[in-house]
Amino acid sequence: MKLDAVTSRILKFIDERGFRQKGAFNLRYNGQAVCHGDTENIRIVKKKDNPGIDVYISGGTKGEEIHIPVVVAASGMTDVVYNDFYVEDGADVIIVAGCAIHNDGCNEARHDGIHSFHVGKNAAVRYEEKHYGEGEGTGEKILNPATKIYMGENSVFTLDTAQIKGVDSTVRETYVEAGKNARLYVTEKLMTHGEQSAISNMEVQLNGDDSSAQIVSRSVARGRSSQVFHPKAVGNALCHAHIQCDSIIMDQARVSSIPEINANYLDAQIIHEAAIGRINSAQLIKLRTFGLTESEAEAVIIEDFLK
Amino acid sequence: MLKVEHLSYEAEENGIRRRILSDVSFTVEDGEMLVVTGPNGGGKSTAANLIMGIETPSQGRIWLDGREITDMSIDERAIEGIGFAFQQPPRFKGLTVSRLLSLAAGRELAGKECCSLLKAVGLCGKEYKDREVDNTLSGGEMKRIEIATVFAKKHKLSIFDEPEAGIDLWSFSMLIKQFEKMHREKKESILLISHQERIIRMADRIMVIKDGAVQKIGKKEEMLPSLMIGDAGSCTCMQHRGGAGNETGCSDE
Repeated sequence: MKLDAVTSRILKFIDERGFRQKGAFNLRYNGQAVCHGDTENIRIVKKKDNPGIDVYISGGTKGEEIHIPVVVAASGMTDVVYNDFYVEDGADVIIVAGCAIHNDGCNEARHDGIHSFHVGKNAAVRYEEKHYGEGEGTGEKILNPATKIYMGENSVFTLDTAQIKGVDSTVRETYVEAGKNARLYVTEKLMTHGEQSAISNMEVQLNGDDSSAQIVSRSVARGRSSQVFHPKAVGNALCHAHIQCDSIIMDQARVSSIPEINANYLDAQIIHEAAIGRINSAQLIKLRTFGLTESEAEAVIIEDFLK
Repeated sequence: MLKVEHLSYEAEENGIRRRILSDVSFTVEDGEMLVVTGPNGGGKSTAANLIMGIETPSQGRIWLDGREITDMSIDERAIEGIGFAFQQPPRFKGLTVSRLLSLAAGRELAGKECCSLLKAVGLCGKEYKDREVDNTLSGGEMKRIEIATVFAKKHKLSIFDEPEAGIDLWSFSMLIKQFEKMHREKKESILLISHQERIIRMADRIMVIKDGAVQKIGKKEEMLPSLMIGDAGSCTCMQHRGGAGNETGCSDE
Protein backbone atom coordinates (compact mmCIF):
# COMPACT_ATOMS: atom_id res chain seq x y z
CA MET A 1 0.00 0.00 0.00
CA LYS A 2 1.31 3.45 -0.88
CA LEU A 3 1.37 5.84 2.05
CA ASP A 4 0.80 9.58 1.64
CA ALA A 5 3.62 12.02 2.36
CA VAL A 6 2.29 13.16 5.76
CA THR A 7 1.84 9.60 6.99
CA SER A 8 5.27 8.53 5.76
CA ARG A 9 6.86 11.50 7.46
CA ILE A 10 5.16 11.25 10.83
CA LEU A 11 5.65 7.51 11.03
CA LYS A 12 9.34 8.21 11.22
CA PHE A 13 8.81 10.10 14.48
CA ILE A 14 7.03 7.25 16.21
CA ASP A 15 8.84 4.29 14.67
CA GLU A 16 12.56 4.98 14.77
CA ARG A 17 13.31 1.39 13.80
CA GLY A 18 11.57 2.12 10.51
CA PHE A 19 8.06 1.09 9.52
CA ARG A 20 8.07 -1.22 6.54
CA GLN A 21 5.20 -3.21 5.14
CA LYS A 22 7.17 -6.37 5.73
CA GLY A 23 7.18 -9.04 8.41
CA ALA A 24 4.56 -8.65 11.14
CA PHE A 25 2.87 -5.27 10.93
CA ASN A 26 -0.44 -3.48 11.16
CA LEU A 27 -1.01 0.16 10.26
CA ARG A 28 -4.11 1.79 11.66
CA TYR A 29 -5.04 5.00 9.84
CA ASN A 30 -7.99 7.19 10.85
CA GLY A 31 -9.69 4.38 12.74
CA GLN A 32 -9.17 1.67 10.14
CA ALA A 33 -6.58 -1.08 9.78
CA VAL A 34 -5.30 -0.30 6.30
CA CYS A 35 -2.59 -2.89 5.88
CA HIS A 36 -1.19 -5.79 7.81
CA GLY A 37 1.17 -8.72 7.55
CA ASP A 38 1.80 -11.94 9.46
CA THR A 39 4.84 -14.14 9.77
CA GLU A 40 5.36 -17.77 10.54
CA ASN A 41 5.52 -16.98 14.25
CA ILE A 42 3.30 -13.92 14.57
CA ARG A 43 -0.35 -13.77 13.66
CA ILE A 44 -2.37 -10.56 13.72
CA VAL A 45 -6.14 -11.05 13.81
CA LYS A 46 -8.76 -8.31 13.54
CA LYS A 47 -11.13 -8.26 16.52
CA LYS A 48 -14.75 -9.07 15.85
CA ASP A 49 -16.33 -7.43 18.90
CA ASN A 50 -14.25 -4.27 19.16
CA PRO A 51 -12.01 -2.15 17.00
CA GLY A 52 -8.47 -3.46 17.26
CA ILE A 53 -6.36 -6.55 16.88
CA ASP A 54 -5.31 -9.70 18.68
CA VAL A 55 -1.67 -10.49 18.22
CA TYR A 56 -0.54 -14.07 18.74
CA ILE A 57 3.18 -14.52 19.24
CA SER A 58 4.44 -18.08 19.20
CA GLY A 59 7.11 -19.48 21.48
CA GLY A 60 9.35 -19.87 18.46
CA THR A 61 9.64 -16.11 17.98
CA LYS A 62 13.23 -15.03 18.54
CA GLY A 63 14.04 -11.33 18.22
CA GLU A 64 11.36 -10.62 15.62
CA GLU A 65 9.82 -7.13 15.39
CA ILE A 66 6.14 -6.28 15.17
CA HIS A 67 5.27 -2.78 13.97
CA ILE A 68 1.76 -1.57 14.80
CA PRO A 69 1.69 2.23 14.47
CA VAL A 70 -1.43 4.36 14.52
CA VAL A 71 -1.94 7.57 12.56
CA VAL A 72 -4.84 9.93 13.12
CA ALA A 73 -4.95 12.65 10.49
CA ALA A 74 -8.59 13.73 10.66
CA SER A 75 -9.74 16.63 12.79
CA GLY A 76 -12.76 15.71 14.90
CA MET A 77 -11.91 12.01 15.04
CA THR A 78 -11.94 9.94 18.21
CA ASP A 79 -10.26 6.63 17.60
CA VAL A 80 -10.48 3.97 20.29
CA VAL A 81 -8.59 0.76 19.73
CA TYR A 82 -8.25 -2.43 21.75
CA ASN A 83 -5.10 -4.41 21.09
CA ASP A 84 -4.39 -7.66 22.94
CA PHE A 85 -1.09 -9.47 22.78
CA TYR A 86 -0.71 -13.13 23.62
CA VAL A 87 2.94 -13.99 24.06
CA GLU A 88 3.65 -17.68 24.37
CA ASP A 89 6.18 -19.19 26.75
CA GLY A 90 9.75 -18.61 25.66
CA ALA A 91 9.02 -16.04 22.95
CA ASP A 92 11.41 -13.12 22.44
CA VAL A 93 9.79 -10.21 20.62
CA ILE A 94 10.06 -6.47 19.99
CA ILE A 95 6.79 -4.61 19.57
CA VAL A 96 6.94 -1.11 18.13
CA ALA A 97 3.70 0.78 18.61
CA GLY A 98 3.00 4.48 18.96
CA CYS A 99 0.61 7.05 17.64
CA ALA A 100 1.05 10.19 15.60
CA ILE A 101 -1.71 12.77 15.24
CA HIS A 102 -1.74 15.32 12.45
CA ASN A 103 -4.50 17.81 13.08
CA ASP A 104 -4.94 20.74 10.72
CA GLY A 105 -8.53 21.45 11.79
CA CYS A 106 -10.23 23.17 14.69
CA ASN A 107 -11.77 20.06 16.26
CA GLU A 108 -9.93 17.73 18.56
CA ALA A 109 -8.29 14.57 17.27
CA ARG A 110 -7.98 11.80 19.79
CA HIS A 111 -6.63 8.30 20.07
CA ASP A 112 -7.20 5.95 23.01
CA GLY A 113 -5.01 2.88 22.72
CA ILE A 114 -6.09 0.20 25.16
CA HIS A 115 -3.54 -2.57 25.23
CA SER A 116 -3.19 -5.75 27.20
CA PHE A 117 -0.22 -8.09 27.25
CA HIS A 118 -0.38 -11.67 28.43
CA VAL A 119 3.23 -12.71 28.72
CA GLY A 120 4.06 -16.38 29.10
CA LYS A 121 6.76 -18.04 31.13
CA ASN A 122 10.36 -17.24 30.18
CA ALA A 123 9.18 -14.84 27.49
CA ALA A 124 10.91 -11.52 26.77
CA VAL A 125 9.00 -8.55 25.38
CA ARG A 126 10.30 -5.15 24.47
CA TYR A 127 7.45 -2.72 23.86
CA GLU A 128 8.23 0.71 22.41
CA GLU A 129 5.54 3.34 22.27
CA LYS A 130 6.09 6.89 21.06
CA HIS A 131 3.52 9.64 20.86
CA TYR A 132 3.70 12.67 18.61
CA GLY A 133 1.36 15.46 17.58
CA GLU A 134 1.51 18.15 14.90
CA GLY A 135 -0.70 20.25 12.65
CA GLU A 136 -1.56 23.84 11.87
CA GLY A 137 -5.10 23.71 13.26
CA THR A 138 -6.34 24.83 16.65
CA GLY A 139 -7.92 21.45 17.41
CA GLU A 140 -6.37 19.59 20.31
CA LYS A 141 -4.31 16.46 19.87
CA ILE A 142 -5.16 13.98 22.60
CA LEU A 143 -3.61 10.62 23.38
CA ASN A 144 -4.82 8.40 26.23
CA PRO A 145 -3.00 5.09 26.37
CA ALA A 146 -4.05 2.38 28.80
CA THR A 147 -1.71 -0.57 29.18
CA LYS A 148 -2.20 -3.74 31.20
CA ILE A 149 0.63 -6.22 31.47
CA TYR A 150 0.40 -9.66 33.03
CA MET A 151 3.83 -11.19 33.41
CA GLY A 152 4.38 -14.91 33.77
CA GLU A 153 7.15 -16.68 35.64
CA ASN A 154 10.69 -15.68 34.63
CA SER A 155 9.39 -13.30 32.00
CA VAL A 156 11.02 -9.97 31.15
CA PHE A 157 9.05 -6.96 29.97
CA THR A 158 10.70 -3.72 28.88
CA LEU A 159 8.30 -0.85 28.44
CA ASP A 160 9.85 2.14 26.69
CA THR A 161 7.47 5.05 26.24
CA ALA A 162 8.10 8.55 24.99
CA GLN A 163 5.92 11.54 24.32
CA ILE A 164 8.04 13.47 21.89
CA LYS A 165 6.10 16.70 21.30
CA GLY A 166 2.85 18.23 20.18
CA VAL A 167 0.44 16.28 22.37
CA ASP A 168 -1.97 18.68 24.07
CA SER A 169 -3.36 16.30 26.60
CA THR A 170 -2.52 12.82 27.73
CA VAL A 171 -3.68 10.55 30.49
CA ARG A 172 -1.58 7.42 30.66
CA GLU A 173 -2.75 4.46 32.74
CA THR A 174 -0.39 1.55 33.25
CA TYR A 175 -1.07 -1.55 35.30
CA VAL A 176 1.35 -4.43 35.74
CA GLU A 177 1.16 -7.76 37.57
CA ALA A 178 4.50 -9.50 37.91
CA GLY A 179 4.73 -13.22 38.64
CA LYS A 180 7.54 -15.26 40.12
CA ASN A 181 10.99 -14.01 39.11
CA ALA A 182 9.47 -11.67 36.51
CA ARG A 183 11.49 -8.57 35.69
CA LEU A 184 9.93 -5.33 34.60
CA TYR A 185 11.87 -2.38 33.18
CA VAL A 186 10.01 0.83 32.47
CA THR A 187 11.44 3.97 30.89
CA GLU A 188 9.04 6.85 30.50
CA LYS A 189 10.10 10.07 28.75
CA LEU A 190 7.85 13.02 28.46
CA MET A 191 8.09 16.53 27.10
CA THR A 192 5.29 19.06 27.45
CA HIS A 193 5.17 22.68 26.36
CA GLY A 194 2.66 25.48 25.81
CA GLU A 195 -0.56 24.74 27.67
CA GLN A 196 -0.22 20.97 27.44
CA SER A 197 -1.05 18.60 30.27
CA ALA A 198 0.10 15.08 31.00
CA ILE A 199 -0.94 12.64 33.69
CA SER A 200 0.76 9.31 34.17
CA ASN A 201 -0.62 6.78 36.62
CA MET A 202 1.22 3.53 37.01
CA GLU A 203 0.54 0.62 39.32
CA VAL A 204 2.88 -2.32 39.61
CA GLN A 205 1.81 -5.33 41.66
CA LEU A 206 4.79 -7.51 42.47
CA ASN A 207 3.08 -10.79 43.26
CA GLY A 208 5.76 -13.39 42.67
CA ASP A 209 8.83 -14.15 44.75
CA ASP A 210 12.00 -12.59 43.30
CA SER A 211 10.00 -10.38 40.99
CA SER A 212 11.47 -6.96 40.34
CA ALA A 213 10.62 -3.63 38.77
CA GLN A 214 12.84 -0.77 37.70
CA ILE A 215 10.90 2.30 36.69
CA VAL A 216 12.65 5.42 35.38
CA SER A 217 10.64 8.46 34.47
CA ARG A 218 12.24 11.57 32.99
CA SER A 219 10.32 14.60 31.95
CA VAL A 220 10.71 18.19 30.86
CA ALA A 221 7.89 20.66 31.41
CA ARG A 222 8.08 23.98 29.57
CA GLY A 223 5.81 26.96 28.98
CA ARG A 224 2.66 26.76 31.08
CA SER A 225 2.32 23.01 30.78
CA SER A 226 1.56 20.67 33.66
CA GLN A 227 2.57 17.12 34.50
CA VAL A 228 1.46 14.72 37.21
CA PHE A 229 3.20 11.44 37.93
CA HIS A 230 1.73 8.87 40.23
CA PRO A 231 3.79 5.71 40.21
CA LYS A 232 2.71 3.07 42.68
CA ALA A 233 4.58 -0.12 43.52
CA VAL A 234 3.01 -2.79 45.67
CA GLY A 235 5.17 -5.57 47.06
CA ASN A 236 3.17 -8.69 47.81
CA ALA A 237 6.09 -11.10 47.91
CA LEU A 238 9.86 -11.19 48.24
CA CYS A 239 10.56 -8.58 45.60
CA HIS A 240 12.53 -5.49 44.64
CA ALA A 241 11.30 -2.29 43.06
CA HIS A 242 13.05 0.96 42.32
CA ILE A 243 11.16 3.96 41.04
CA GLN A 244 13.03 7.05 39.93
CA CYS A 245 11.25 10.17 38.71
CA ASP A 246 13.29 13.16 37.52
CA SER A 247 11.77 16.28 36.06
CA ILE A 248 13.19 19.48 34.67
CA ILE A 249 10.84 22.37 35.15
CA MET A 250 11.06 25.53 33.04
CA ASP A 251 9.19 28.78 32.50
CA GLN A 252 5.79 28.72 34.28
CA ALA A 253 5.29 24.96 34.12
CA ARG A 254 4.00 22.80 36.97
CA VAL A 255 5.10 19.30 37.87
CA SER A 256 3.79 16.98 40.58
CA SER A 257 5.38 13.70 41.48
CA ILE A 258 3.33 11.62 43.88
CA PRO A 259 5.10 8.43 44.82
CA GLU A 260 3.30 5.59 46.44
CA ILE A 261 5.05 2.50 47.67
CA ASN A 262 3.32 -0.27 49.56
CA ALA A 263 4.77 -3.37 51.14
CA ASN A 264 2.43 -6.20 52.05
CA TYR A 265 5.20 -8.66 52.69
CA LEU A 266 8.12 -8.56 55.10
CA ASP A 267 10.80 -9.10 52.46
CA ALA A 268 9.51 -6.61 49.93
CA GLN A 269 12.09 -3.91 49.18
CA ILE A 270 10.74 -0.87 47.43
CA ILE A 271 12.52 2.42 46.84
CA HIS A 272 11.24 5.62 45.35
CA GLU A 273 13.33 8.62 44.36
CA ALA A 274 11.91 11.79 42.92
CA ALA A 275 13.48 15.09 41.95
CA ILE A 276 12.06 18.18 40.31
CA GLY A 277 14.19 21.18 39.50
CA ARG A 278 15.23 23.73 36.95
CA ILE A 279 18.26 23.27 34.73
CA ASN A 280 21.33 23.53 36.88
CA SER A 281 23.22 26.74 36.09
CA ALA A 282 26.55 24.95 36.58
CA GLN A 283 25.58 22.57 33.75
CA LEU A 284 24.80 25.49 31.47
CA ILE A 285 28.08 27.21 32.33
CA LYS A 286 30.07 24.03 31.71
CA LEU A 287 28.60 23.57 28.25
CA ARG A 288 29.11 27.23 27.47
CA THR A 289 32.82 26.81 28.20
CA PHE A 290 32.75 24.50 25.15
CA GLY A 291 31.50 27.41 23.02
CA LEU A 292 27.78 26.62 23.10
CA THR A 293 25.37 29.50 23.55
CA GLU A 294 22.98 29.38 26.49
CA SER A 295 20.09 28.18 24.32
CA GLU A 296 22.28 25.55 22.62
CA ALA A 297 23.46 24.34 26.02
CA GLU A 298 19.87 24.16 27.26
CA ALA A 299 18.85 22.13 24.21
CA VAL A 300 21.70 19.67 24.76
CA ILE A 301 20.80 19.21 28.42
CA ILE A 302 17.13 18.56 27.62
CA GLU A 303 17.84 16.30 24.64
CA ASP A 304 20.26 14.11 26.54
CA PHE A 305 18.14 14.08 29.68
CA LEU A 306 15.29 12.63 27.64
CA LYS A 307 17.43 10.41 25.44
CA MET B 1 49.05 35.80 25.44
CA LEU B 2 46.63 36.56 28.24
CA LYS B 3 46.82 40.01 29.77
CA VAL B 4 44.86 40.92 32.89
CA GLU B 5 44.87 44.51 34.11
CA HIS B 6 43.59 45.91 37.40
CA LEU B 7 40.97 43.23 37.80
CA SER B 8 38.65 43.64 40.78
CA TYR B 9 35.55 41.78 41.82
CA GLU B 10 32.95 42.55 44.45
CA ALA B 11 30.16 40.33 45.67
CA GLU B 12 27.27 40.82 48.05
CA GLU B 13 27.13 38.51 51.01
CA ASN B 14 24.33 38.83 53.55
CA GLY B 15 23.60 42.33 52.33
CA ILE B 16 27.19 43.43 52.73
CA ARG B 17 29.28 44.28 49.70
CA ARG B 18 32.62 42.54 49.94
CA ARG B 19 35.66 42.90 47.74
CA ILE B 20 36.86 39.44 46.71
CA LEU B 21 39.57 40.45 44.29
CA SER B 22 41.41 43.72 44.25
CA ASP B 23 43.45 45.27 41.45
CA VAL B 24 44.93 42.05 40.09
CA SER B 25 47.24 42.38 37.10
CA PHE B 26 49.32 39.69 35.41
CA THR B 27 50.09 38.08 32.06
CA VAL B 28 50.42 34.53 30.79
CA GLU B 29 52.79 34.45 27.84
CA ASP B 30 52.36 32.21 24.82
CA GLY B 31 53.34 28.66 25.76
CA GLU B 32 53.91 29.65 29.37
CA MET B 33 52.68 27.75 32.40
CA LEU B 34 51.65 30.06 35.22
CA VAL B 35 50.77 28.31 38.45
CA VAL B 36 48.56 30.28 40.79
CA THR B 37 48.74 29.31 44.40
CA GLY B 38 47.82 30.74 47.76
CA PRO B 39 45.53 30.10 50.73
CA ASN B 40 42.00 28.84 50.26
CA GLY B 41 39.53 31.68 49.90
CA GLY B 42 42.23 34.02 48.68
CA GLY B 43 40.61 34.70 45.30
CA LYS B 44 42.38 32.28 42.93
CA SER B 45 39.21 30.62 41.60
CA THR B 46 37.51 34.01 41.34
CA ALA B 47 40.34 35.24 39.13
CA ALA B 48 39.97 32.16 36.92
CA ASN B 49 36.18 32.62 36.74
CA LEU B 50 36.64 36.24 35.70
CA ILE B 51 38.99 35.21 32.88
CA MET B 52 36.46 32.64 31.63
CA GLY B 53 33.61 35.13 31.94
CA ILE B 54 31.73 33.14 34.57
CA GLU B 55 31.81 36.20 36.83
CA THR B 56 31.79 39.83 35.76
CA PRO B 57 34.55 42.08 37.10
CA SER B 58 33.65 45.30 38.86
CA GLN B 59 36.80 46.82 37.39
CA GLY B 60 39.63 45.90 35.07
CA ARG B 61 40.19 44.60 31.57
CA ILE B 62 41.24 41.29 30.04
CA TRP B 63 42.92 40.66 26.66
CA LEU B 64 43.64 37.43 24.83
CA ASP B 65 46.16 37.67 22.00
CA GLY B 66 45.69 41.42 21.91
CA ARG B 67 41.91 41.20 21.60
CA GLU B 68 39.88 42.54 24.49
CA ILE B 69 37.55 39.90 25.90
CA THR B 70 36.32 41.69 29.04
CA ASP B 71 32.79 42.08 27.75
CA MET B 72 32.57 38.75 25.97
CA SER B 73 30.28 35.98 27.15
CA ILE B 74 31.56 32.59 28.33
CA ASP B 75 30.87 30.94 24.98
CA GLU B 76 32.49 33.78 23.04
CA ARG B 77 35.63 33.42 25.17
CA ALA B 78 35.57 29.66 24.56
CA ILE B 79 35.45 30.31 20.83
CA GLU B 80 38.31 32.80 21.23
CA GLY B 81 40.35 29.89 22.61
CA ILE B 82 39.98 29.54 26.38
CA GLY B 83 39.43 26.11 27.91
CA PHE B 84 38.37 25.64 31.51
CA ALA B 85 38.40 22.71 33.94
CA PHE B 86 36.26 23.30 37.00
CA GLN B 87 37.29 22.43 40.49
CA GLN B 88 33.87 20.86 41.06
CA PRO B 89 32.45 19.78 37.72
CA PRO B 90 28.68 19.43 37.34
CA ARG B 91 26.95 16.11 36.73
CA PHE B 92 24.53 15.54 33.85
CA LYS B 93 21.77 12.96 33.85
CA GLY B 94 21.48 11.28 30.47
CA LEU B 95 24.64 12.76 28.97
CA THR B 96 27.33 10.18 28.30
CA VAL B 97 31.05 10.66 28.78
CA SER B 98 31.69 10.33 25.02
CA ARG B 99 28.98 12.89 24.26
CA LEU B 100 30.51 15.32 26.78
CA LEU B 101 33.94 14.88 25.24
CA SER B 102 32.52 15.38 21.74
CA LEU B 103 30.80 18.58 22.86
CA ALA B 104 34.09 19.71 24.37
CA ALA B 105 35.95 18.92 21.16
CA GLY B 106 33.34 20.73 19.08
CA ARG B 107 32.91 17.69 16.83
CA GLU B 108 31.80 14.07 17.01
CA LEU B 109 34.71 12.09 18.38
CA ALA B 110 35.38 8.55 17.28
CA GLY B 111 35.44 5.87 19.96
CA LYS B 112 39.23 5.64 19.70
CA GLU B 113 39.62 9.38 20.25
CA CYS B 114 37.44 9.24 23.38
CA CYS B 115 39.45 6.30 24.67
CA SER B 116 42.68 8.15 24.09
CA LEU B 117 41.45 11.23 25.97
CA LEU B 118 40.23 9.10 28.85
CA LYS B 119 43.45 7.13 28.93
CA ALA B 120 45.33 10.40 29.32
CA VAL B 121 43.53 10.97 32.63
CA GLY B 122 43.88 7.39 33.81
CA LEU B 123 40.45 6.04 32.84
CA CYS B 124 39.68 3.05 30.67
CA GLY B 125 37.83 4.35 27.64
CA LYS B 126 35.88 1.18 26.99
CA GLU B 127 34.61 1.18 30.53
CA TYR B 128 33.70 4.85 30.74
CA LYS B 129 32.78 6.30 27.35
CA ASP B 130 29.19 5.08 27.40
CA ARG B 131 28.56 5.83 31.05
CA GLU B 132 26.41 8.77 32.05
CA VAL B 133 28.11 11.77 33.66
CA ASP B 134 25.84 11.41 36.67
CA ASN B 135 26.10 10.48 40.32
CA THR B 136 27.15 6.93 39.49
CA LEU B 137 30.63 8.38 38.96
CA SER B 138 32.83 9.16 41.93
CA GLY B 139 34.21 12.64 42.58
CA GLY B 140 37.64 11.54 41.37
CA GLU B 141 36.24 10.06 38.15
CA MET B 142 34.25 13.24 37.52
CA LYS B 143 37.38 15.30 38.03
CA ARG B 144 39.42 13.28 35.57
CA ILE B 145 36.68 13.46 32.94
CA GLU B 146 36.51 17.19 33.51
CA ILE B 147 40.23 17.51 32.78
CA ALA B 148 39.78 15.35 29.67
CA THR B 149 37.22 17.85 28.36
CA VAL B 150 39.97 20.48 28.22
CA PHE B 151 42.38 18.04 26.58
CA ALA B 152 39.71 17.38 23.92
CA LYS B 153 40.54 20.57 22.04
CA LYS B 154 43.52 22.80 21.46
CA HIS B 155 43.18 26.15 23.19
CA LYS B 156 45.16 29.33 23.28
CA LEU B 157 44.81 29.24 27.07
CA SER B 158 43.81 26.29 29.24
CA ILE B 159 42.73 26.97 32.80
CA PHE B 160 42.71 24.21 35.39
CA ASP B 161 41.27 24.94 38.81
CA GLU B 162 42.90 22.62 41.34
CA PRO B 163 43.11 19.60 39.03
CA GLU B 164 44.70 17.53 41.77
CA ALA B 165 41.83 17.76 44.23
CA GLY B 166 40.11 14.43 44.81
CA ILE B 167 42.36 12.46 42.48
CA ASP B 168 44.17 9.34 43.63
CA LEU B 169 47.95 9.21 43.54
CA TRP B 170 48.27 6.93 40.51
CA SER B 171 45.96 9.09 38.42
CA PHE B 172 47.67 12.18 39.70
CA SER B 173 51.01 10.91 38.37
CA MET B 174 49.43 10.33 34.96
CA LEU B 175 47.96 13.79 35.07
CA ILE B 176 51.32 15.32 35.87
CA LYS B 177 52.73 13.61 32.78
CA GLN B 178 49.99 15.13 30.66
CA PHE B 179 50.63 18.61 32.01
CA GLU B 180 54.36 18.12 31.45
CA LYS B 181 53.65 17.06 27.86
CA MET B 182 51.41 20.08 27.28
CA HIS B 183 54.05 22.30 28.78
CA ARG B 184 56.84 20.74 26.77
CA GLU B 185 54.96 21.18 23.52
CA LYS B 186 54.30 24.83 24.39
CA LYS B 187 51.40 24.94 21.98
CA GLU B 188 49.14 26.63 24.47
CA SER B 189 49.37 28.79 27.55
CA ILE B 190 48.40 27.16 30.81
CA LEU B 191 47.01 28.76 33.94
CA LEU B 192 46.94 26.23 36.68
CA ILE B 193 45.57 26.81 40.16
CA SER B 194 47.20 24.40 42.54
CA HIS B 195 48.58 23.73 45.99
CA GLN B 196 50.56 20.73 44.81
CA GLU B 197 54.32 20.84 44.95
CA ARG B 198 54.79 18.68 41.84
CA ILE B 199 52.57 21.00 39.84
CA ILE B 200 54.12 24.14 41.25
CA ARG B 201 57.55 22.81 40.30
CA MET B 202 56.42 22.51 36.67
CA ALA B 203 55.64 26.21 36.41
CA ASP B 204 57.55 28.77 34.41
CA ARG B 205 56.26 31.40 36.78
CA ILE B 206 54.36 31.28 40.04
CA MET B 207 51.80 33.76 41.30
CA VAL B 208 50.62 33.87 44.90
CA ILE B 209 47.17 35.31 45.47
CA LYS B 210 46.19 36.01 49.03
CA ASP B 211 43.38 38.10 50.49
CA GLY B 212 42.17 38.97 47.00
CA ALA B 213 45.42 40.45 45.81
CA VAL B 214 48.56 39.35 44.01
CA GLN B 215 51.06 38.96 46.75
CA LYS B 216 53.99 37.82 44.68
CA ILE B 217 54.66 36.83 41.12
CA GLY B 218 57.91 35.69 39.63
CA LYS B 219 59.97 33.01 38.01
CA LYS B 220 59.82 29.59 39.61
CA GLU B 221 63.46 29.72 40.65
CA GLU B 222 62.90 32.98 42.49
CA MET B 223 59.61 31.98 44.07
CA LEU B 224 60.20 28.39 45.11
CA PRO B 225 62.60 28.96 48.02
CA SER B 226 60.16 31.18 49.87
CA LEU B 227 57.27 28.84 49.13
CA MET B 228 59.21 25.82 50.30
CA ILE B 229 60.07 27.33 53.64
CA GLY B 230 56.51 28.68 53.84
CA ASP B 231 57.59 32.10 55.04
CA ALA B 232 54.93 33.92 56.96
CA GLY B 233 54.21 36.39 54.21
CA SER B 234 53.60 33.87 51.49
CA CYS B 235 52.01 30.86 53.05
CA THR B 236 50.58 29.00 50.08
CA CYS B 237 49.21 25.85 51.63
CA MET B 238 51.59 23.90 49.43
CA GLN B 239 51.05 20.18 49.53
CA HIS B 240 54.05 18.00 49.19
CA ARG B 241 54.80 15.23 46.80
CA GLY B 242 52.31 12.42 47.08
CA GLY B 243 49.56 14.44 48.70
CA ALA B 244 46.95 14.89 46.02
CA GLY B 245 44.01 15.05 48.37
CA ASN B 246 42.11 18.00 49.70
CA GLU B 247 44.30 18.66 52.66
CA THR B 248 45.96 21.97 52.99
CA GLY B 249 48.72 22.73 55.39
CA CYS B 250 47.63 26.30 55.88
CA SER B 251 45.95 27.81 58.86
CA ASP B 252 46.39 31.47 58.20
CA GLU B 253 42.89 32.19 56.90
